[in-house]
Amino acid sequence: MDLFLPESGLVIWMLIAFLIVFFILAKAAWPMIIGGVEKRNAHIADSLLAAEEANNALAGIEQKKQETLAATQAEQLRIMKESQDLKNQVVEEAKLQARQEAEKIVAEARLKIEKEQAEAMAQIKNEVIALSVDIAEKLLQRELSDKQAQNDYIEQLLKDNQPRIEA
Amino acid sequence: MKYVLKHSILFLFLTLLTLTPWQGYAQDSIPAPTEQEAEAFDAKSFIFGHTGDSYCFHITEIKGEPVCVWLPVIAKCKDGGSWHCFSSKHVCELKEGETYEHKGAYFYVSPISADQYPGKLVEVKGDGSLSRPFDISFTKNAFGIFLVCAFMLAFFLPAAKKYKKDPMAKPTKYQGLVEWLTYTVLDGIIRPNIPEKKVKKFAPYLLTVFFFIFFANLFGLIPFFPFSANVTGNLSITIVLALMTFFFVNAFGNKHYWKEIFWPDVPVFLKAFPLMPIIELISAIIKPFALMVRLFANILAGHIVIMVLMGLIFIIGGMYGVGMGGVTSVISIFMTIFMFALELLVAYIQAYVFTILSSLFIGLAQQEPEHE
Repeated sequence: MDLFLPESGLVIWMLIAFLIVFFILAKAAWPMIIGGVEKRNAHIADSLLAAEEANNALAGIEQKKQETLAATQAEQLRIMKESQDLKNQVVEEAKLQARQEAEKIVAEARLKIEKEQAEAMAQIKNEVIALSVDIAEKLLQRELSDKQAQNDYIEQLLKDNQPRIEA
Repeated sequence: MKYVLKHSILFLFLTLLTLTPWQGYAQDSIPAPTEQEAEAFDAKSFIFGHTGDSYCFHITEIKGEPVCVWLPVIAKCKDGGSWHCFSSKHVCELKEGETYEHKGAYFYVSPISADQYPGKLVEVKGDGSLSRPFDISFTKNAFGIFLVCAFMLAFFLPAAKKYKKDPMAKPTKYQGLVEWLTYTVLDGIIRPNIPEKKVKKFAPYLLTVFFFIFFANLFGLIPFFPFSANVTGNLSITIVLALMTFFFVNAFGNKHYWKEIFWPDVPVFLKAFPLMPIIELISAIIKPFALMVRLFANILAGHIVIMVLMGLIFIIGGMYGVGMGGVTSVISIFMTIFMFALELLVAYIQAYVFTILSSLFIGLAQQEPEHE
């Protein structure tokens, strides 16, 4: 049957067309497509690897950051504690000094008071003596008769009262 | 499913509705079809006219006038050896018994139902005898081949250009499609059969042959101009493809391959008296022959079945009246849709089978001997 006989004309056209397409595609299409896809695949694989590495590096940095942060916080705490201690110490010292100062002042004041008291006493004593002498003089001027006897008596009196006057 | 069912029923109903007046009309004014009219539909011409090659590309008919693309007829006369090139319009529109005279040579196209040279250009020699000139006309199938080739170039070259320009660029959707198609064949068919080192060498041929067959099959299923040429269902085309595979198997076959043919590991008396070499040689030739026939027969059979189902409408219509033809058309159309769906599958399967067997044969010719 005619159907099963190849036609020479069609065979020639087919051969020409197919070979042309084959050579064009083999030269300009298939290597480009396959090569392009392979290149891109390699590129993607590399990029993924690089990304993973970068990710790992980033994780390391993150960990370092955390560590540094923790260390800094500890340092901060330590410094704060130290300064607190220092402050307390300073305050304690200041308090102590203030107390000593105060005590000193108080002591001085007491001394001064005592001195003044003594002076006042002496003054009073003198005054009292003067007064007594005056009184006595006045008494004596009135009682001239027994002047000697009088003085001795007064002396005697004064001697008897010596401790009381001194106090 | 419900949607399809609903529309199928609607379609059936409408078809039956339109049939009724026809039937009445036919009974009223036109006499029942006579024997002659029934024979007016020539199934053989119808089927082989559509599945075979043709000098013109018939598109449709308007008011009885054929609308065709007239392809060039190129032929070298046996009588005198002169070359002739003219439009197929002159020979395709001839009435029976007429011939076309071109530069002193007489041609006509033999009808498909003829016994001698059916459907082919025939030269009438000076003494009145008929002969086939050397005919390299650019026929419908040649047109189909070039269409497929042009499509392949237009489809793959721009993608290749993009990859050449910048392979790292984000691929477009079109590139994705090309990649997917290419790698389906490359990873699914070529790589499993051919040693990895040789893949780059044979991939271009196998990819080209796969897409040529696949696109030709698909184009053959599209039933209008410029497609519909039955390219892969033609032996002239499959023989070229098979010869290509034969060439790639044998031209690049290694030492081991040739040793297996001429001096296989069998008892000496089997190869000294060259029984095994002869069998091996025959098998080497039969392999591409099987490729050729398988592709051709599968595609042609699919086309013929579709044409027969369509022709059935007119055959039944001619035998039992227009009404029966109408009823048949409903069944035929469903069957044809089914066949078209099947042919879509076959279009891929045959391209796949041809390529996988080609790569298998090529791969076998590349195999290194097993180390013992």
